[in-house]
Amino acid sequence: MDTHLPAYSPKAVKRAWLALAGALGLLAIGTTNGLFVAPPEHYMGDVYRILYIHVPTAWNAMLALTFAFFSALAFLWKNDWAWDARLEAFVETGVLLSLLLCVQGSIWAKPTWGVWWDWDPRLTTTAVMLVAFVGILALRHFVDDPRRRAVWSAVATIVAYASVPIVYFSVQWWNSLHQLQSSPKTVDAVMVTPLRINAFGMLLLLLAFSSLRSQLARRRLARELAPPPAAASLALGGEG
Amino acid sequence: MNQVIAALRKELLLGWRGRAQAMAVIVFGSTLLLLLSFAVGPNATALRQLSGGFLWVSLLFASTLSLAESFRQEREQRALEGLLLLGAHPAALFYGKALANWLQLFVVGAALVPVMIVLYDPGLSGIGRLLGVLALGTAALSAPGTLHAGLAAQVRAQQVLLPLLLFPLMVPVLIASVRASSLLLLGDPMGQAASWALLLVACNGIFWPLCGLLFGYVIEE
Repeated sequence: MDTHLPAYSPKAVKRAWLALAGALGLLAIGTTNGLFVAPPEHYMGDVYRILYIHVPTAWNAMLALTFAFFSALAFLWKNDWAWDARLEAFVETGVLLSLLLCVQGSIWAKPTWGVWWDWDPRLTTTAVMLVAFVGILALRHFVDDPRRRAVWSAVATIVAYASVPIVYFSVQWWNSLHQLQSSPKTVDAVMVTPLRINAFGMLLLLLAFSSLRSQLARRRLARELAPPPAAASLALGGEG
Repeated sequence: MNQVIAALRKELLLGWRGRAQAMAVIVFGSTLLLLLSFAVGPNATALRQLSGGFLWVSLLFASTLSLAESFRQEREQRALEGLLLLGAHPAALFYGKALANWLQLFVVGAALVPVMIVLYDPGLSGIGRLLGVLALGTAALSAPGTLHAGLAAQVRAQQVLLPLLLFPLMVPVLIASVRASSLLLLGDPMGQAASWALLLVACNGIFWPLCGLLFGYVIEE
């Protein structure tokens, strides 16, 4: 199968650094707003302020894994190495954000619910997602041949992502305690503004990290696929 | 369709010739059933309550052995490659193998049921329907199990990777199977077991077509 060779793009790296600076700026504004401007919540007091980082993390973790899913589909469809690099980047950032999400959730749950963990649909689904995608990172780590690594991790990503809604649904049936989602209509504007700023800040952070990571993956792919075409096809023929 | 039947026939023949392996898997599952009770202590009421969960956890752990075994010979003899060169359709190979794995897991599960009953003494009233849940649950286990076993068989760290990839996917199957089994074993006054069985049907409806579609990518390299 003929595939495009990935190219390292210094332009994309520059853009990623700009996005990172923007992300840090937005997060600084949003977090300062959330910590000092927004009023304490009626029932939870100041504890609720973690939501200004928790909710954006949750949104962006889901987003990162969704991007990973579409990268996997695009790789199988287009056979373009750039999608493999993106898949690797989005799975990694998605795993990182899911881990952060679980940690933040525990920090919030202890003073609010009195426990570190609860078998609530969203918590359990996040934890399952986390281990499922850590498994995919492990798979990528254990396969040396770039072609197989790309195809197999794309397959595993598609199956893992397809199972996320069933996991959520089944755990919801099984047990539920987490509060329902709030909508902007139920929350005052003073509280919504820092949340929105931080959500975009996290999004920029996600895109910046993913872009840097995918450039790194491209460099590695370029190195792995480096041997001249004749030798490469020989090696493929020997293994396949 | 003929290819699926041929592949299934091949798998069943191999499975029958290697029945000592299936026996070993059953013994392993029984050992797990025995061991799990030590995690709880000799509290008969608690053990009875948990018997359905123990059955499925044992079956899930034991399944990785039989799933991995189903690809061992293929890999050693490069048999899948041969079949693909003969023009066999990857999906046909998948469905043949997955159906054979389903049958094997169902047999293992059915063999573990009496062991579970002897050890934990749940009610006997729902046994017939429990076998139905067993059929649905092992089906939902065998489709993604076959896909990931085929994948893991070609990787260095096969023993670690198969459970690492498979178990997270099995969370809904495990929940639904355990809930349905427990309800059937311990009494189901609200008639909830059917809705859990429906969830298993839904898992099967998603996993069987999806994994069949993707299996070609896994073995065609």
